[in-house]
Amino acid sequence: MSEWVVVGGAFGAAAVRVATPLLLAALGETVTERSGVINLGIEGAMLTGALAAAIGSTLGGPWVGVLAGAGAGLVVAAIFAAVAVGAGADQIIAGTAITLGAVGVTGGAYRQFYGPAGPGLSIPTLGAVEIPGLSAIPVLGPALFDHSLLTYAALLAVPIIWWLLFRTRWGLGLRAAGESAEGARVAGVRVSLTRAMATMLGGVLSGLAGASLVLAQVGTFAERMTAGRGFVALAIVVLGRWHPVGVLAAAALFGAATALQYVFQAMGLDLPYQMFLMFPYVLTLLALGGAVGRVRAPAGLGR
Amino acid sequence: MRRLPGASVLLVVLALGGGLLLLMAGLALAGYDAGRTMVALWQGSFGSWYSLTSATLPRAVPLILIGLGFSLAFRGGALNIGAEGQFYAGAIAATAVGGLVGGWPSSLAILAIVMVAAAAGTAWIVVPVWLRVRFGVLEVISTLLLNFVAEFLVSWMVQGPLQERTGIYPQSDPIAAAARLPMLPGTRLHIGILLALVLAGILWFVFARTWWGFRLLAVGTGPRAAEVSGRVDASRMVAVALLWSGAIAGLAGGIEVAGVSYALFQNLSPGYGFTAIAVALLARLHPAGVVATGILFGGLEVGAGAMQREAGVPAVVVYAVEAVVILVVLLADVGARRMGRGRVVPELASERAP
Repeated sequence: MSEWVVVGGAFGAAAVRVATPLLLAALGETVTERSGVINLGIEGAMLTGALAAAIGSTLGGPWVGVLAGAGAGLVVAAIFAAVAVGAGADQIIAGTAITLGAVGVTGGAYRQFYGPAGPGLSIPTLGAVEIPGLSAIPVLGPALFDHSLLTYAALLAVPIIWWLLFRTRWGLGLRAAGESAEGARVAGVRVSLTRAMATMLGGVLSGLAGASLVLAQVGTFAERMTAGRGFVALAIVVLGRWHPVGVLAAAALFGAATALQYVFQAMGLDLPYQMFLMFPYVLTLLALGGAVGRVRAPAGLGR
Repeated sequence: MRRLPGASVLLVVLALGGGLLLLMAGLALAGYDAGRTMVALWQGSFGSWYSLTSATLPRAVPLILIGLGFSLAFRGGALNIGAEGQFYAGAIAATAVGGLVGGWPSSLAILAIVMVAAAAGTAWIVVPVWLRVRFGVLEVISTLLLNFVAEFLVSWMVQGPLQERTGIYPQSDPIAAAARLPMLPGTRLHIGILLALVLAGILWFVFARTWWGFRLLAVGTGPRAAEVSGRVDASRMVAVALLWSGAIAGLAGGIEVAGVSYALFQNLSPGYGFTAIAVALLARLHPAGVVATGILFGGLEVGAGAMQREAGVPAVVVYAVEAVVILVVLLADVGARRMGRGRVVPELASERAP
């Protein structure tokens, strides 16, 4: 019995740890896509944020790392916004190029800074902060209330983004820009400016996602370490139906599906471990088939 | 389909020059010998007959093939970002069959490999196509998710069912000699390059000269308009284009195994699926442009390998050069449109109303 309490707690904790960067990036991309911009460059923003966080933390401690990650995400998203929103170039092509460029730049900068051996485990990381009282609850305590501050920040960002999108004038204009640029313009919304701001907010959150990956999950940086997590965040936005609460649920689902491998291992299931690794992706695919039918993307997305 | 104008080729070359200059500046700042790096890049890619035929062109084959398949689907307005997964599906199938055809005549063995690889690539995209047609799930997302699944599948295969006989290394046994593609004597250039060129010719013909190609572009441009005015079943046409796109990516995986690696292992593809998208987009989905850009990017990437060996510069920085090339072309294109001179490069279907 007590063994299952431990497994349950470890499962929950792992699920939340996996979900945190995905939630951050997907929340940012939700805002971006609601304004009518699809940013495939968030994979690149996340990767750059991860490297900046590693370097920042090496130089000035984990909180400098967090700031550096957010700043790097902002810069990458600003470049994307200049090309795709400012100049009005094709968003898919621009996003692909930004991600390619980020792979190249981080790959070079990382060797330059850490040398061929890499940083190893020398990066100062963000410690877990136990919430007094709550963290003592069996299973739920270790699962939810014993994480880095970035996890709590990501959870807090859900209602904030919801409020921003659905309860502020800015959010109304932003959603209008996402449905019809022409209509929004007639109504007095500065469409390009709104979209650029939404894209850069998305970049900051993607950069934070990269920072949480390095500083709260993995503890080091490696070339191409985001390994497609930015793209997974794009899927989570769709699965979450472009809504912050839906995105939270979708990220939690993906995190839980990833963490299931610990439960399976504890059960002694004799399957190739790659099956467990595939599972979250297959589940997301199936969930998309079941969930997407009744919802549609912002009408002006990508234009 | 419009012709690929000389101006766009010139633009790509200029953009590449700009990208390389930026790289040299960055390298000089980082303390590398920029001149020596550029010489290594050139020598390793286009600077000699050997590097051209044995490094650049073999590397270009999968980029061209996948880029052609991507173009086919994207002309119909569908984004197949899952070429990496379909490539691996084709590679797995080719490896499995390649181990069984030892006693066959070589031409039959190669035909078998090529066919199963294409079939496996098609199979890998069937679910996304079905999800799109039946539930309206964006194929961008569904094909992307299957990339991850394919990578784990390869990892399992090379440690499980397809692992080499001794069971020590995470890779497959080499495929039978009969199943390997013939090569141009004295080089490592296999006949896959011919297949890529023929396919480019076929697609050029389909896009430019057939009713089907015209309707596909109509569907990509405006599915509603196409359906209303032309009695075109848009959803069906896109499905067919996506299936072909998967088949071609699978074929690329089979060709890579039969012509280059002769075995399956993890990271067989250094991101072909992703680079090929850039290749196709830069070529504005034009088959001849895909061939040219594929060779250019193939050369850049093998040249980067030489750069790493000769000058110690991490090869991965070449992706930054590719990014600069794409962004410069993209911005020049926007500039040309704004100045009202028409476009430097042919219009992309996705840029009009989807």
